[in-house]
Amino acid sequence: MAAVRDETATARTIVIDVPGWPGHLAGQHVDVRLTAEDGYSAERSYSIASAPPDGQARSQTVELTVQRLPDGEVSPYLTQTLQVGYPLELRGPIGGWFVWDPDGPAAAAPVLLVAGGSGVVPLMAMIRERAAVGSHTPFRLIYSVRDPTALLYGDELVRRERAGDGLEVRYVYTRTAPAGSGQPTGRINAALIASAGWPPEESPAMFACGPTGFVEAAADLLVRGGQNPGAIKTERFGPTGGKA
Amino acid sequence: MGIVSPGFSGRRRSAGEKLPPGQYLVNDFPVLSAGPTPRVDTGRWELRITTETGQVHRWDWAAFQALPAEEPIVDIHCVTKWSKLGTHWRGVSLDTLLDGVETSAGFATAKSYGGYTTNLPLADLVDGQAWVAFDFDHEPLDPEHGGPARLLVPHLYFWKSAKWLQGIDLSDHDTPGFWESLGYHNYGDPWREQRYWGD
Repeated sequence: MAAVRDETATARTIVIDVPGWPGHLAGQHVDVRLTAEDGYSAERSYSIASAPPDGQARSQTVELTVQRLPDGEVSPYLTQTLQVGYPLELRGPIGGWFVWDPDGPAAAAPVLLVAGGSGVVPLMAMIRERAAVGSHTPFRLIYSVRDPTALLYGDELVRRERAGDGLEVRYVYTRTAPAGSGQPTGRINAALIASAGWPPEESPAMFACGPTGFVEAAADLLVRGGQNPGAIKTERFGPTGGKA
Repeated sequence: MGIVSPGFSGRRRSAGEKLPPGQYLVNDFPVLSAGPTPRVDTGRWELRITTETGQVHRWDWAAFQALPAEEPIVDIHCVTKWSKLGTHWRGVSLDTLLDGVETSAGFATAKSYGGYTTNLPLADLVDGQAWVAFDFDHEPLDPEHGGPARLLVPHLYFWKSAKWLQGIDLSDHDTPGFWESLGYHNYGDPWREQRYWGD
């Protein structure tokens, strides 16, 4: 591990130097394997948060943002024990479905990203990739979090949205909205998806990621709103949803 | 043995020999799907088995429910590393469905409402190894877990157990399905940890 950044009280970004990293697509994940001295090992999948490294760059780094789970086996190690300089065993990149490829056939279609909690991580890789390659594909992000302290990448999202080059972010707070904002709290609903998303006629590409209940709700709302089910890609996150 | 992670001891559980390599136990039932959950009304539901010669065998929901059902209790293993032991299902054995289906095909592709596909050797669907399941834990199978009916092939990673099953095409040729075309192993034996291409 080359560097570390705390994102929230319970989430940390770890920057890993991976010699010979073959590159990845935004949205892909890696498998992380931890091994104890007696050979016992545990593996989990984590989404890559960083845009694919530039082919010219000398250092090949991969960033993972890990949300610490209270009852986790791997996430407490990655967020609390792992120190700069420690080795880490990775496998990847993995997954060829939940990806946004700026060189792919659908790269010009407007994009809707729907994030629940730490489900924003692979979607952030897409936002960063869009910026890194100078894409003008319009992106809209609906980002549902418990409260402002749980926001990942809060400052970066504000900065990127202010750049005014086609990224729009709508925040949804389920428990506590920012003090003084007057914004109501609640969950994503049909009206919000309609106003913060794209009309079906625009044939958007849609990516929803978060805990199972959130992703099920988001995908159902999109389908009921007239979107093409085949254009909605989902990834479940959570304590046992595979990735967390 | 892999690279030792300084300071890692892990949280061992006593699942013993029932847990394939790289898997961990869960008690809930995680959901993994590539897209929205299709809502399939049993009034319009139909299961179709199509042979390599194009012969089609069909069951509507009533005909399917009239077949003798079994109650397998099996361990399931997801490629995303969770395993769930002793899951209780009710379903129709593929042996029952294939009884009277004339075929010499070597391969099968399961097809789902919603467009998902997965491929497996026909030999892995017969001899009491696979079911079309419609109850989980004594309740009708939830749509998010593949209801009204899903394939259940517990000896392979769970992506082979196609949700929202619509049909099975039999063929002389093996054609990679959805995940099998996107980097996941063509066969997917959890005991040999066949997760990805090259495993």
